[in-house]
Amino acid sequence: MIVWRAIAAAVLVIAGPALLAGEIPPDARRSGYSFMGPDTRAMQDDDTSNPGMLFVLEGEALWGKRTSDAGKACADCHGDARSSMKGVAARYPAFDKQLGRPVTLDQRINLCRANHQQTTPLPYESRDLLALSAFVAHQSRGVPITAGNDPELKPFVQQGHDLFMQREGQLNLACTNCHDDNFDKRLAGAPITQAQPTGYPLYRLEWQTLGSIERRLRSCMSGVRAQAYDYGSPELVALELYLMSRARGLPMETPAVRP
Amino acid sequence: MPTTRRRFLSLAGGVTVAGTIPVITLRPLQATPAMLTTAIRNVVGEAQIRTGRVKLDIPPLVENGNTVPMTVSVTSPMTAADYVKSIHVFNEKNPQPNIGNFYLNPSAGRAQISTRIRLADTQKVVAIARLSDDSFWQVAADVVVTLAACTEEMN
Amino acid sequence: MAALINVPAKAKRGDVIEIRTLTSHIMETGFRHTADGKLVPRDIIASFTCRYNGTEIFRADLFPAIAANPYLSFFTVAKESGKFEFEWIGDNGYSSTASASITVE
Repeated sequence: MIVWRAIAAAVLVIAGPALLAGEIPPDARRSGYSFMGPDTRAMQDDDTSNPGMLFVLEGEALWGKRTSDAGKACADCHGDARSSMKGVAARYPAFDKQLGRPVTLDQRINLCRANHQQTTPLPYESRDLLALSAFVAHQSRGVPITAGNDPELKPFVQQGHDLFMQREGQLNLACTNCHDDNFDKRLAGAPITQAQPTGYPLYRLEWQTLGSIERRLRSCMSGVRAQAYDYGSPELVALELYLMSRARGLPMETPAVRP
Repeated sequence: MPTTRRRFLSLAGGVTVAGTIPVITLRPLQATPAMLTTAIRNVVGEAQIRTGRVKLDIPPLVENGNTVPMTVSVTSPMTAADYVKSIHVFNEKNPQPNIGNFYLNPSAGRAQISTRIRLADTQKVVAIARLSDDSFWQVAADVVVTLAACTEEMN
Repeated sequence: MAALINVPAKAKRGDVIEIRTLTSHIMETGFRHTADGKLVPRDIIASFTCRYNGTEIFRADLFPAIAANPYLSFFTVAKESGKFEFEWIGDNGYSSTASASITVE
């Protein structure tokens, strides 16, 4: 037994990108899809019965709409999203050279609006921003996640990892306690997943609407009775970056459906 | 105004065991079996309701009470002489007993409808079909709900 | 409002086909409260109708117990080529329509 563990440890050390402490090895990574029941999976599988696709349709309309008389539409620079946006969401959050830090897809959309479309940013978690990011991320459906590969991102991935390992809240739980150590077990009747963010923004049955990963992270923090970080805060960006890099190799599923 | 179940539980210092503690007095406007019976009588009148011919496909344990997939199907040749006129679905413990009424005609070909419903608690769901000869047939299913719909606060 | 309709593009005369519809709507139950205790008023789609070349083939009364972004699937016999028209009517004067075509051989 010890021999096998040593061999496995050696293989992990030699093969592939280095895993940070406690990380799930690539071939053991499972999307939240695999933890759901057949009915919820069926909801996600059919594009005409997946409520997340309603938002993708709205996003498609926004993609072609000019932001103002002077402003441009996304399509004016990026053309057909089906080709120009393919693979983009799979490598986000990405390093922004000008800002010197990673930005999420939502933040990138707002940066485009400010810098190239002569208009105001969309509020976090607003319907329009969710629709646009769902439309863009949907173009990466099926593409394996590659986020976090950029060497410039290394300190931020580490920051996210430290946040993932840090106990917080009145319940004094760290993300890793459930999502690395106890996935496949149940909490209050619901299965604990590995927390792989393969399908964001996703339609959560609990919300009865589409929501971003930041909304989900904030509910997790409230769930352990911690004060949740603000939308767009560097902590949430670092966490999202770490989670995406931890999910490397899994294909994108946007828009996913989750309980 | 009674506080929500969630506030009560956090006051009690308990771990959330959402939906399975029968804190009936604190739930606003809860339907009772009597409301269910009245709602059924409103549709059926005094006619006798027979059991059978109707099938209710609903998960016995739902992942989330906010969105529960449900299919009702009725065995029927669906000809002009013998078809299903309507299907009525009711529940036992939501704030309101009705879920939906579905009206068909012989051109349906198959008497089957699917939709997604909300269930506020572990409860019985009842489906009643009215045939072209004005006979009524019913089926009931018990559904366990661990995360409830209808009583969520907005955040 | 956005709607997703699934109707086979082609069918043989006499085939029983499934029609699936999904539309976006919050289906506010009227039983929820805000954090400061105010009741959020009901705002739902109350009625759905489907017409096949003008003739009603399916109708539904919806109540707050129907989940948000209502999904409805039902069946009909493919009789002739033409158009399906869908209409959703709800509280506060809500009205939305969609359509889909079918070729029946």
